[in-house]
Amino acid sequence: MTATAAPVLALSGVSKRFGAVQALTDVDLEIRPGEVTALVGDNGAGKSTLIKTIAGVHPIDSGTISWKGEVVRIAKPHDAQELGIATVYQDLALCDNLDVVANLFLGRELRRRSVLDQVQMERQALELLDTLSIRIPSVRIPVASLSGGQRQVVAIARALVGSPEVVILDEPTAALGVEQTAQVLDLVERLRERGLGVVLISHNIADVRAVADEVAVLRLGRNNGLFRVEDTSGEEIIAAITGAADNAVSRRRARKDGGEGNE
Amino acid sequence: MSEDLAPDPRLLVREKGLAGYWEDFKRRVRGGELGSIPVVLGVIVIAIVFQAQTGDFLTPRNLSNIMVYVAGPGIMAVGIVLVLLLGEIDLSVGSVAGLCAALWAVMSDQHGVNDILAIVLAVAGGAVVGTIHGFFFARIGVPAFVVTLAGFLGWSGLQIWVMGDKGTINIPRDSLVKDMYGYYFSDISAAYGLATVLTAGYLFALWRQERRRQQAGLTTRPLSEIVLRAVLVAAAAFVAAYELNQHRGLPLALVIFLAVLLLADFMLRRTTYGRQIYAVGGNAEAARRAGINVEFVRLTVFSMSSALAALGGLFTAAQAGGASKSLGSGNLLMNVIAAAVIGGTSLFGGRGWVWSALLGTLVIQSITTGLNLMGMSSEIQYMITGAVLLLAVVVDSVSRQTQRSAGRT
Ligand SMILES: Nc1ncnc2c1ncn2[C@@H]1O[C@H](COP(=O)(O)OP(=O)(O)OP(=O)(O)O)[C@@H](O)[C@H]1O
Ligand SMILES: [Mg+2]
Repeated sequence: MTATAAPVLALSGVSKRFGAVQALTDVDLEIRPGEVTALVGDNGAGKSTLIKTIAGVHPIDSGTISWKGEVVRIAKPHDAQELGIATVYQDLALCDNLDVVANLFLGRELRRRSVLDQVQMERQALELLDTLSIRIPSVRIPVASLSGGQRQVVAIARALVGSPEVVILDEPTAALGVEQTAQVLDLVERLRERGLGVVLISHNIADVRAVADEVAVLRLGRNNGLFRVEDTSGEEIIAAITGAADNAVSRRRARKDGGEGNE
Repeated sequence: MSEDLAPDPRLLVREKGLAGYWEDFKRRVRGGELGSIPVVLGVIVIAIVFQAQTGDFLTPRNLSNIMVYVAGPGIMAVGIVLVLLLGEIDLSVGSVAGLCAALWAVMSDQHGVNDILAIVLAVAGGAVVGTIHGFFFARIGVPAFVVTLAGFLGWSGLQIWVMGDKGTINIPRDSLVKDMYGYYFSDISAAYGLATVLTAGYLFALWRQERRRQQAGLTTRPLSEIVLRAVLVAAAAFVAAYELNQHRGLPLALVIFLAVLLLADFMLRRTTYGRQIYAVGGNAEAARRAGINVEFVRLTVFSMSSALAALGGLFTAAQAGGASKSLGSGNLLMNVIAAAVIGGTSLFGGRGWVWSALLGTLVIQSITTGLNLMGMSSEIQYMITGAVLLLAVVVDSVSRQTQRSAGRT
């Protein structure tokens, strides 16, 4: 488990600005095959922005992204797809008017003699949803008529179509019940066992500690600590998230100053 | 797990038989997925009412004329359907139709360009015009409404300029454009042959699909449904063929319109590109994140819309007897957009199908023809068509709201 393989995806010095908002500043992140990297941080810390730069939704302003050791340019979502990066977005990014099958295969439709192969897509969709033990009323109804949790599950299943090498999940369990959350965490572990690199964004420290190997903390758009889960306590992670401390020294200083926290 | 054995009561499994269809229908009504059901009922009601009022609405001659008149606006409405599926609007189709008809007329009449070549160039000119719209909309980000409004004015100006000092240019006698209005395949085997081919093709496609689904272990339609669908399609096709043969035979206009419909339907439902159009109309950002080239889709849809407007313009010229400075102005634009919406394609993007172009133009043309038969003046026709359009939009908006509330998101 602790064997550190070479990272499949590595970000270094990534910065991203939206007008007046400096969303990311000099962020580093490494994703290794067969490992789950949790990305945590407060609301607005820049987690979603970071994974969107990887997914090609927002191209980076500066810094480098390397894939298997080679510097790559990810300018549009298609570039990330080509590399083998699949993303489940926080806002799900589903087309409400299309049915479940169409959403699952959107952008990667199966074709047969250059015509959409509806039969094959439906069959694979059923198999996929089956392996996730997901119940959906019908794979042929528009996604608009599914419940929030069902939609989230469809979005997760979408990331598994094709054979990605890196799967990014942005708060995948936010809308899920207890049982479905457990299933998604199981899925994350299965992906790790299959040797995929997984990035998991979550606000739930217990979930993070349960499945992650490594925890990267973002705070105000900057790296604020990188921990191996096995030798870190939940409190330490929370302290890094809230900025109460990134190490013992600053924690003492913070205590003396009565908290430099909010600027 | 044992629970996998018992079907989840919430799963949508259609019951066997007619009761199942009724349940399915009720579910769709509740969920706001009405599609083209209201307009099919509308066409039937309109036909019955006018027949009762005038006694000669359902004559072969009248029905045949409706079929011919429908072709031009119908082809243009196919373009509007594509644009509406993106959730956009194209206000320039009338002007583009007029401009391209003028281009064709000037090329073939004044400059002696070969007839077919002139037609191809006119339609290509339409595609260029649409690409310009698409560029400003997709690339620069100007709202399509404004771009095509500018086109609406600009292209009709260009049309007048192209026509020069000629008020109208009559169609050369031997032109194919004349045949777009006046040519009929008078041999009765033509109409029946086409009806047979369409029915057989439909049945074959359905059968092959069901066989593949069965082989793949997916749910299949019951035999009764396949038979019912085939009977309905065959009845529509053969009744139409019979009526057409009672008059002058199969009009060329209808053949071209059907070809456009079938091609567009194939593109939308069977190709990746068609799927992309729906995706962009449903959620453009999601489509972009799925790796779809949204800009390309938008650009090409607008160029198809204008190319189809150009083709429709030639039909309109054929009906009018020639190109003129004012061809395509008036209520052509509004009728075409109204047809697409009345036919069941949503104004809000992502929902609809090509056949609404046929259904909607049938409704509008039936109303016009019927009121003409009753001797009603055009003011009344405008008001009634306006009311029908409003009704269609109300149905669209209400079903969208129902769908939203059923969507629980
Ligand atoms: N498209 C955008 N345009 C402008 N500002 C943006 C955009 N996307 C994000 N931001 C800003 O970037 C910052 C980081 O946002 P981000 O969505 O990455 O936070 P997050 O860590 O995912 O938070 P949460 O836990 O709430 O999901 C915020 O200040 C946000 O306002
Ligand atoms: Mg976020």
